[in-house]
Amino acid sequence: MFPATSSDPHADPQAWLHQTAALFRSLAPAVDFCSLRIVDERSDYLGVRQDVLQPPSTSQSRGAMVSVVHRGGYGYAATSDLSAAGLREAIHRAMDWAARSAGHSVIDFTRIELPRPQGRYASPGVTAPVQRARREIIDLLMAESKACRTDARIVDWSASLWTSATDQLYATADGAEAFQQFRQVMPSLSVSANAGADTQTRSFAGGGLCRQGDLSVLLDSGFVGSGPRLAAEAIALLEAPNCPTGRMDLLLMPSQMMLQIHESIGHPLELDRILGDERNFAGTSFVTLDMFGHYQYGSPLLNISFDPTRAEELASYGWDDEGTPASKVFVIRDGVLQHPLGGSISQARAAMAGHAVGGAASARASSWNRPPLDRMSNLNVEPGDSTLDEMIASVERGVLMDGNISWSIDDSRNKFQFGCEYGRLIENGELKGVVRNPNYRGISASFWRSLRAVGNAGTLEVMGTPFCGKAEPSQIIRVGHASPACLFSDVEVFGAEA
Amino acid sequence: MSMSPSTTTTDMQQQFHALADFIATRLQGSERFTCWFSGESTDFVRFNRGLIRQPGHVRQANLSLSLIDGQRQARGEFSLSGETQTDHARLARLIEDLRAQLRDLPDDPYLLIATEVQDSTRVVASKLPQTGDMVEEILAAAHAHDFVGILASGPLYRGFANSYGQRNWHEIASFNLDFSLYLAGDKAVKSSYAGFEWQSDAFRARYADAAAQLELLRRPAQRIAPGPCRAYLTPTALSEVIGMLGWAGVSEKSLRTKYSSLRRMRDEGLRLHPSIQLAEHTAAGLGPAFQPQGFIKAPRVELIRDGALIGSLVSPRTAREYGLQPNGDEGMDAVELAAGTLPQAEVLKTLGDGVYIGNLWYLNYSDRASCRMTGMTRFASFKVEGGEIVAPLEVMRFDESLYRMLGDKLLGLTRERELLIDSQSYEQRGTGSMLLPGALIDDFSFVL
Repeated sequence: MFPATSSDPHADPQAWLHQTAALFRSLAPAVDFCSLRIVDERSDYLGVRQDVLQPPSTSQSRGAMVSVVHRGGYGYAATSDLSAAGLREAIHRAMDWAARSAGHSVIDFTRIELPRPQGRYASPGVTAPVQRARREIIDLLMAESKACRTDARIVDWSASLWTSATDQLYATADGAEAFQQFRQVMPSLSVSANAGADTQTRSFAGGGLCRQGDLSVLLDSGFVGSGPRLAAEAIALLEAPNCPTGRMDLLLMPSQMMLQIHESIGHPLELDRILGDERNFAGTSFVTLDMFGHYQYGSPLLNISFDPTRAEELASYGWDDEGTPASKVFVIRDGVLQHPLGGSISQARAAMAGHAVGGAASARASSWNRPPLDRMSNLNVEPGDSTLDEMIASVERGVLMDGNISWSIDDSRNKFQFGCEYGRLIENGELKGVVRNPNYRGISASFWRSLRAVGNAGTLEVMGTPFCGKAEPSQIIRVGHASPACLFSDVEVFGAEA
Repeated sequence: MSMSPSTTTTDMQQQFHALADFIATRLQGSERFTCWFSGESTDFVRFNRGLIRQPGHVRQANLSLSLIDGQRQARGEFSLSGETQTDHARLARLIEDLRAQLRDLPDDPYLLIATEVQDSTRVVASKLPQTGDMVEEILAAAHAHDFVGILASGPLYRGFANSYGQRNWHEIASFNLDFSLYLAGDKAVKSSYAGFEWQSDAFRARYADAAAQLELLRRPAQRIAPGPCRAYLTPTALSEVIGMLGWAGVSEKSLRTKYSSLRRMRDEGLRLHPSIQLAEHTAAGLGPAFQPQGFIKAPRVELIRDGALIGSLVSPRTAREYGLQPNGDEGMDAVELAAGTLPQAEVLKTLGDGVYIGNLWYLNYSDRASCRMTGMTRFASFKVEGGEIVAPLEVMRFDESLYRMLGDKLLGLTRERELLIDSQSYEQRGTGSMLLPGALIDDFSFVL
């Protein structure tokens, strides 16, 4: 017999997770498949804006999702009531939806062999309390903030640290159990300068220094002491000429490559988009099931990996949220499209439609209250062999762009327009002056074929974003992107209005 | 749709009041608190190709607590289990944690909470049928089409309480079916059916309207060359443009820090077309009339009058910083744009030659100083010649300044307006809405 409520999660979180899984098993119904995914996440936010500490905030999100497959149907129920009564109600609701959807679902779910994971995964930093020295962090953020106002034209500046500690357990009614722990560090520092109508902003690492680990992520990143540099760059942008307009070479630094990969490779390769699930909201894809294995996505220099095994990257894990073990998969190799980002259910749907295109352990949910679907985890550009100096030296006329500030792409993930915080002219193989409001636009299907140099490992940076939105009901999820600097030819570049 | 005040107390409201009372018993010395409750019990049913993709239920409730002592404050939030003993234990632990934090914190110079007690209760009792019954009707209608979308149905709860004894409650039970009918590729019609009472006839009529529009998409699609083009934006398309102003546009803090896309209206007196009257009309919206610091939102805040920026949204924090009166939060939740004089029935004739844009998508600023934004056409958009729809439009990218499209290039706003209910549900179902006309614009700039 199990108690009506499992032990205190505060005293021993891991024991509590396993006891809750045991409680779930004691209640599990006689169905074809039943699983429980428990998520217990604590987040802490500390921020300083214009040298004023913002109210510190802590969040503890704790709940579970029950999934049921029975007689071809599927249903889920999420609840923050993890007592026996709460789990019993969730199981009942999930069973009810499975029964109602049987015979009306996009697929006979009983035909899919779902994984039965077993084991444990821990991200870097699990043994160190992320939020061990609140006062020390506040002092650090305050010092950085105070260093930003180097000029009367600095009108806004802020420094913050968002950390999260997540314990997660996936269990099936027939005994599978995978326990995972993640520690994530997501700092931010930005400075804005104004003159007349013009306001320019510079952000540390383009807002993309987000990784798994402990506070060393922040302390070893160059964050400390970067405020005056960002302020100087924002002022320089105010005084800079507008970005030129025309077709020219484009050198994207990792903080913009992150966005470029995300929007025009990551999203179009999501298998659920290709299968049509997202057409009412996030959109479809210009990629179709018959393109895998032969479609020339980019130039032969383009190698893209889906890699949830790179430990320090923001979205690494041992198993995805359907229990599939994580592994590195090349989705584009030598420019040719290989595999989509599709979890076990999407792969089965594609295979039943006659397209055994493979996939990856990419079924992820934003938390316990949303069901898993196809997502990027870490989507990376593999480094090439060019130094940054070599790439610059090869450019007759072009612009270097750094730090994303604007992004827009069509629902097929093809026609895009992106803007950056910071630009530098490149003329006759030399880096020249700063230009403001740099923007570029293109079409995914042709843009990646204009890739003419890929930076080596010395130019690579491991980055990530906590804000990737998708799905109905809506979900925001954390993804990682590691990329070198990359050089593209003949891109449409432009600046702001005069 | 209408909502009326209620004097009864619901079960969830009682639970929230009990939690607030419990917090009050744990205070020490000069401590004060504010707390915010948000919860829902929602059925989400996702569809694709006329079938069910992911059906399920989400029951969640969160309590956010600010513990205040003097001018110091710390905030904590956690998921409520619904079990009194469990939640009281977590709450007691959170209060201890926040109390320990307060010892380390400096005074917050911008702390401002409501101290004048203003209770309120607004409840729309559920008239919703079983979600399964709605799903059966949807499947019956959808079997003939490539139907994709989501149904969300169930009650939403928001509550506020503080140590001064103020109690506010907002509870509505609503549904929102947000869907598209696809013809092929990216050719589709987008529609929705939302409200508080599911009416089968109304649903079938809405569905039939969408299906009829689908017929227009059967014609071969046409491209237009990049460049200026006369355009009509439906209320849905215009909502994407207006929605951008909620992103650091009409926020007072963003105007003060020169980040607002409307800063030149404030600083240089730039104006939009004289027919533009924009307001945040909380009293007509679907969200709560109170906000997390306990202030009752202004029922209606005029933002743009006769094309001039005359107001802004001021949070309590910004109000304290700049010596202003708060009027709500700094994001828009109940947007209202005044109607014009162009009859909806005459839109195509007045458009003449141009494009009819049913939806816009994925907008972002390309130049904030000029309030210039870029985005894509999406779903049912058409090329129009001689006042007649001649072909579906291949998706086009636009890049245009608000000062032009709702300024000197605005030809007219429609006499009829449409109430658009936000279907997004990041973390929890939203309560946003917009009441908008359509807009006829000259020389709308397409770039790709």
